[in-house]
Amino acid sequence: MTFHTAIFYAFAAILIFAALRVVTTRNPVHAALWLVLCFFTAAGVWLLLHAEFLAIALVLVYVGAVMVLFLFVVMMLDVNFDSLRKNFRSYIPVAATVGVLVLLEMALVVVGSRVGGGGAPPVPEGSNTKALGRLIYVDYVYPFEIAAVLLLVAIIAAIALTHRKRRESKYQDPGLQVKVRRQDRVRLLDLPTEKRD
Amino acid sequence: MALLTAPTLAHYLVLAAILFAISMAGIFLNRKNVIVILMAIELMLLAVNLNFIAFSHYLGDMGGQVFVFFILTVAAAESAIGLAILVLLFRNAGTIDVDDLDQLQG
Repeated sequence: MTFHTAIFYAFAAILIFAALRVVTTRNPVHAALWLVLCFFTAAGVWLLLHAEFLAIALVLVYVGAVMVLFLFVVMMLDVNFDSLRKNFRSYIPVAATVGVLVLLEMALVVVGSRVGGGGAPPVPEGSNTKALGRLIYVDYVYPFEIAAVLLLVAIIAAIALTHRKRRESKYQDPGLQVKVRRQDRVRLLDLPTEKRD
Repeated sequence: MALLTAPTLAHYLVLAAILFAISMAGIFLNRKNVIVILMAIELMLLAVNLNFIAFSHYLGDMGGQVFVFFILTVAAAESAIGLAILVLLFRNAGTIDVDDLDQLQG
């Protein structure tokens, strides 16, 4: 057994164990931390497949940003998580059935087809990042731009959904200032002139 | 041990399938807790990305890695908006139990 093979089986075992803990652990903070371990080991597996740029991007984007966001939300919400797990054991049979069925179907596809054969492919020469960058900026430049727009939409949507107006701060509303009419501000009183004695 | 041969494409595909099945079962297990459901969806996307990268490596086509790049983008946007909706939901309804979210009466 070579070093490469040993690394693959070690990472696969850690990945599966961490994934099991994500879906079975009691505390959502622990689930998020197990998910972080999942992403780290998946990045290791991707390194074995010579996808260096995506492995680093997975660690930076997922562990660095998305999981921190998850942890923030889990810690910010004051939820009674024990009540959410009330009938946890009663769901185990259906979950196991569905999981095993999905696994069996996919295993049948993998075993039934001829994807298993063949030796290891040649190690790609040159920089993975350079090759990926050439593809993204030359062949896939329009999808890349659309992805950028999608991220912008996501930023605006997330801010617009969670933004709250602060009531205690004083500010001018330009819309109201523009829409103001004369009769809202000026009131003419018809005062009768008094007679001088 | 004869079972632990050097990893081929099928090894990576089976690993991804196991990961996908675990997260599928996780959605059923935690069907009251929206946060863990979102985490299980992230795990599913990870399994799909592993498939893409394995095929990309063994077929010698870099297009699979570009696809993973776009999936990562969309997944990041999805989780950001999903968590924003979750925070909004908790602020308005005071719960994240899936069974209590029946205002639409669907």
